[in-house]
Amino acid sequence: MMDPLLLARAQFGANISFHILFPTISIALGWALLFFRWRWLRTQQEAWLQAYRFWTKVFALTFALGVVSGITMSFQFGTNWPGYMEKVGNIAGPLLGYEVLTAFFLEATFLGVMLFGHGRVSERVHLLATFMVAFGTTMSAFWILSLNSWMQTPAGYEIINGEFHATDWLAVLFNPSFPYRLAHVLLASGLTVSFVLAGVSAWQLLKGKAQGYTGKVLRVGLTAGAVLIPLQILIGDMHGLNTLKHQPAKIAAMEGVWETEKGAPLLLFAWPDEASRSNRFAIGVPNGASWILTHEPQGEIRGLNEFKGAHPPVAPLFFGFRIMVGTGLAMLGLSWLGLWLYRRAGWVAEALPRPLLWALSLMSFSGWVATIAGWYVTEIGRQPFIVYGLLRTADVASKTPAAMIATTLVGYLIMYALLIVAYVMVVKRMAEKPALANQPIIDPALKPTGLEVSA
Amino acid sequence: MNASEWLPLVFMALMGLAMLAYVILDGYDLGVGMLMARADDAHKDRMVASIGPFWDANETWLVLGVGIMLIAFPKAHGIVLGALYLPVAAMLLGLTLRGVAFEFRAKAADEHKRLWNRLFTAGSGLAALSQGWMLARYITAFQEGWQYTLFAACIALSLAAAYVLMGACWLIMTGEHELQRDAVRWAKRAWPLMCLGLLAISLATPWVSPTVRDKWFRLPELIALLPIPLMSGLALLALRGLLNSSRIIGKLCWLPFALLVCVFLLGALGLAYSIFPYVVMDRLTLWQAASATSSLQIIAVGCAVAVPAIIGYTIFAYRVFWGKATDLKYA
Repeated sequence: MMDPLLLARAQFGANISFHILFPTISIALGWALLFFRWRWLRTQQEAWLQAYRFWTKVFALTFALGVVSGITMSFQFGTNWPGYMEKVGNIAGPLLGYEVLTAFFLEATFLGVMLFGHGRVSERVHLLATFMVAFGTTMSAFWILSLNSWMQTPAGYEIINGEFHATDWLAVLFNPSFPYRLAHVLLASGLTVSFVLAGVSAWQLLKGKAQGYTGKVLRVGLTAGAVLIPLQILIGDMHGLNTLKHQPAKIAAMEGVWETEKGAPLLLFAWPDEASRSNRFAIGVPNGASWILTHEPQGEIRGLNEFKGAHPPVAPLFFGFRIMVGTGLAMLGLSWLGLWLYRRAGWVAEALPRPLLWALSLMSFSGWVATIAGWYVTEIGRQPFIVYGLLRTADVASKTPAAMIATTLVGYLIMYALLIVAYVMVVKRMAEKPALANQPIIDPALKPTGLEVSA
Repeated sequence: MNASEWLPLVFMALMGLAMLAYVILDGYDLGVGMLMARADDAHKDRMVASIGPFWDANETWLVLGVGIMLIAFPKAHGIVLGALYLPVAAMLLGLTLRGVAFEFRAKAADEHKRLWNRLFTAGSGLAALSQGWMLARYITAFQEGWQYTLFAACIALSLAAAYVLMGACWLIMTGEHELQRDAVRWAKRAWPLMCLGLLAISLATPWVSPTVRDKWFRLPELIALLPIPLMSGLALLALRGLLNSSRIIGKLCWLPFALLVCVFLLGALGLAYSIFPYVVMDRLTLWQAASATSSLQIIAVGCAVAVPAIIGYTIFAYRVFWGKATDLKYA
């Protein structure tokens, strides 16, 4: 029989992994839509409106998947981690509550107006609705990441009879790792969307289905990617230094450092072996890790052996971190190369070399890979704690029988796998049949509703 | 009365309101979803269009309801959702399928559209049934035994029938021509099922729950409470009478829906009276389950600002799309 704790974690992990794919796109895509919408109002070029229409459909699809998986999560807090809310509810509750109150409703309600309201409300109100949706998704990220960061670097609390109570809400909200994590995640969303925009546009070009807007969207995607990735590397470095200060065991696992050492190497590849507590097949750059983390070649990094029994599993962090960084470097190379080639081609998308278009298409969802890998690093890196250093995950798990968790886990996994496939296939189909998005601004068949709504 | 006494009450009321708003608002969505199995293809699009702009926000009331339980009554959240583990999973599966089918059915290739339509109906049905099941298990304090299982099965079917009636009344209000006439026919068929269900619940609940029995069947409470079943019965009879009248095709098309909303309101009132002051029946009162007062205060401030705003822009969104449903076009 499998361990119920592991199953509960797997189930929650599966749900949260599936969920994060979609907000990662919808947060930044909301702002991209606002940009397209605004460009159209400014330039009156039909292409921007068409870009807005096409990407609105992708947004609607993405948003729906985010909503349904988000609802699942609000229940799984209770079904999988009943002890969590009992002990941490006083702190987690208000943060989650504010998310629902200030973000969830905002985005869900204005989404209807944004998707279907064009022509029924004035241009200004429609632009405002688009803004509200983008703003709502971002607020969602703000509250959720605040709680998530608090679980990593708790602050502003006291513990009375085993229950957490807030003593300083500002300290809870703006806990030490929050600013870095929020910036890191928002940039990740921006990068994911940059590559989705560029990749889908490249696919349209490859398939000979380019529209008036395809070249423009490609340029937006490449430019945003090229600008955001160096920023992300900078913020990622700062986030890493912050983690080193507050969660040294996580960093030790990411770098595969077992014994505390000065001048630790930057391991490019290794096979961390928890049984022998050492690395096999290690290939590294001498002093690299010390240099990156302490900005001194002989800087000291505390090893995992100092945290025996209280450090996360090493292999997932070690590899997850390398996958994230590797994907980031590929993004850096491709976006800069792409932008340079595009500029050299005189911004004529059709003149771009096909290998570049293929590379961009294949990288369409690279943001997902980096986000999930990074997310695993930080979340698995918090284990064995649910609130870092204070509350162990095992102590808050549900008493649900393993068989029941396993059955529902299989159900969720099958559904999620099918939905991800369906999502990617539908986006591909929409890219190949862009004519579906070319509808008149105001449908002539639409009857007047007899109700004028204006700002 | 100090804050630690009245704040949990406020949150209990808010949670009840959110749940009620969810049941009414998503109730018609789920009903329309189930009715889609009966409609032809052209009507299917129209039916989805009639709920398209609203369903996202409608579903959010469920998140608010569960969210309040999570944040204001964390101890109850764990107990309730732990005990309802399987029906919750089934409901989530249903809601997920329904939600994604909305998008996929409009965007997938034609040969897949039928599959997504079926999943839309199946998802709506599964969500409705599991919600009924959960309600029954909740009222009976999660007791085990054949009579409780039977009770849960009955309520699951009744709630689904009530949602179907709700969906049909929504379509009478927002549909036109043939769709509207179909909706009247569907409503006539769902009506006896819902009435039977409601009657069964009203009789069975006191039977399976001694707590509820004691609260209702004693004087003078019984007399004060009588208007609840009486008015529900009257509203349901009036609704049935209206279904035979040709006026609901025209001007009075909103009345069946409004009457049904009244029935739901009365039902919620009766339910609230039965349950109060428990959050987990016979086990945990709302004061025992409440979070720390300081945490409740923080959320209360947010609610005081946000809930009126939510209601405000919800009304705005309904006004934008008010009237007969037309084909929905993006942007």
